[in-house]
Amino acid sequence: MIAYIVRRLLSTIMVMVVVAFVVFSLLYLTPGDPAAVIAGDIASDEDIRRIHVQLGLDEPFLVRFGSWLWAVLHGDLGTSIFTNLPVSQLIAQRIEPTIALTLCTLVVATLLAVPLGVVAAARAGTWLDRAVMSFSVLGFSVPVFVLAYVLILTFSVQLNWLPVQGYRNLRDGVWEWLRHLILPSIALGTVYVALIARMTRASMLDVLAQDYVRTAAAKGLAPNQVLVRHALKNAAIPVVTVVGMGVALLISGAVVTETVFAIPGIGRLTVDAILRRDYPIIQGVILIFSAAYVVINLLVDLSYVFFDPRIRY
Amino acid sequence: MDTTTSPGASSSSVTPKARRFLDAFKRHPTALIGGVILTCMVGMAVFGPWLGTMDPQAVSVVRRLKPPSAAFWFGTDMLGRDVYSRVVYGARVSLVVGLAVALLSTIIGLCIGLVTGYVRRLDALVMRVMDGLMSIPSVLLAIALMALTKASVGNVIAAITLAEVPRVVRMVRSLVLTAREQPYIEAAVAAGTTLPGILVRHLLPNIVAPLLVQGTYICGSAMIIEAILSFIGAGTPPTIPSWGNMMAEGRSLVQIASYLILFPGFFLSLTVLAVNLLGDGMRDALDPRLARRM
Repeated sequence: MIAYIVRRLLSTIMVMVVVAFVVFSLLYLTPGDPAAVIAGDIASDEDIRRIHVQLGLDEPFLVRFGSWLWAVLHGDLGTSIFTNLPVSQLIAQRIEPTIALTLCTLVVATLLAVPLGVVAAARAGTWLDRAVMSFSVLGFSVPVFVLAYVLILTFSVQLNWLPVQGYRNLRDGVWEWLRHLILPSIALGTVYVALIARMTRASMLDVLAQDYVRTAAAKGLAPNQVLVRHALKNAAIPVVTVVGMGVALLISGAVVTETVFAIPGIGRLTVDAILRRDYPIIQGVILIFSAAYVVINLLVDLSYVFFDPRIRY
Repeated sequence: MDTTTSPGASSSSVTPKARRFLDAFKRHPTALIGGVILTCMVGMAVFGPWLGTMDPQAVSVVRRLKPPSAAFWFGTDMLGRDVYSRVVYGARVSLVVGLAVALLSTIIGLCIGLVTGYVRRLDALVMRVMDGLMSIPSVLLAIALMALTKASVGNVIAAITLAEVPRVVRMVRSLVLTAREQPYIEAAVAAGTTLPGILVRHLLPNIVAPLLVQGTYICGSAMIIEAILSFIGAGTPPTIPSWGNMMAEGRSLVQIASYLILFPGFFLSLTVLAVNLLGDGMRDALDPRLARRM
């Protein structure tokens, strides 16, 4: 098992190096000369050349990649062109709402989706199953911002139950904080629920056809116990895999959701950076989000050991 | 494979495979609905100028923000442009992007996947790169690429394609890895078939069906990513009406003129739904084992 963990860690590091390489290449290919931007409009060619040497921009590609990677590993993601503040500081300031939104969505959606999938599989072919599956297809098809606006128009503008947009810190009270998260979470989580419910159902149907499930039922176990203890645990691996993979949807969705609901998170930071062509921020955000995604999927892979003790590479 | 149907054969002599495909379609009315909706959308995109539309870019100060009426079916936006015409023309962007990305990413992914799945020495390196690319959420990768270039439909297609290719490669590779262990591949190798011959003649036919299904799903997700890019200002230029940038423009007016967002949003969702229904239908039709369960 230790060998399995070590191997997974090594491959995670490999993946992160590739991600870093891709992100750096994007930075490298960015149009415009950062030295010219820093030097300002009245700088001479001589000034620009000096800044080039100063910043190491005249070094070869791989050397620059190495020093950039070194800086990133020390928490230095570069400096925002527009605000002149360190990117890592900007991200740190904005990370709380994003984590609150994505984490709440992740937990609630998973707790909702798995039972839906289990019930659909247990009642396969009935109207209940068909309802879950129809919801799932719809969830895949309605883009997060379309759903977000429908929710805003219904629950905020028409019914006036929940705030149209904005975000409150947890310090301002749990209820205020939650009130501002409900609609964004539903908008963001629907596609995620659809994905997980569908996978849970498919995986459960596979397992329910197995001999040991029939044995468990035949020896007189209560149906619910068969479903949860015998079937769900064995069906879990594809489900947790999708929970991990689906985080990509949450991250992408967060960028859009934060824009619609004016939540001052990393997603909003990214969109502002796009409009201002503030490349260092865009790259920093991609690096952070991808790292989070990779780490979550590493944890998912390690959780296989819990669900299937046979995994002992 | 050995049934030699003449080109002019009647429908009664379709191959068993094709018959099964058609039967499955009949069993899945939802796939049929998807197909019909999609056909309507394509018709709308192609015949846009003859569908009672006006110039989607025509600005008029006097008719700004008129709610839907008999003259302006879907109302007018803050520049007085006709929303109905813009929705009709917006279908072009979504469909072109969806179709182009689906085609390009499956073709590129197929080529890379076939070769890496079969030529083991290339595999480790290529798959590490693909794993890395897949670790960047596709919308973010597309955003980063769009930030490098100027807004245009072509660049949107290229950016989304690059983000989708690794997923196709991964699937093709895993299919090739399973298929290459089959006796008929061994037989082909023993018979002295060349590498391209094995890839194209023996492996490709086993991959086409799942690839078709995945291509359909990619088409749907590409439409959503295009709309997201346009919505956050990193997609199609404002001069081309697309559902995403229409919604972006209506964003600040959502409380007073919700129709600006609801109409393009509805058409976008409906189109993606149609594509996904078609994908589900095809998956069931092409994989009878799954058809029983799904």
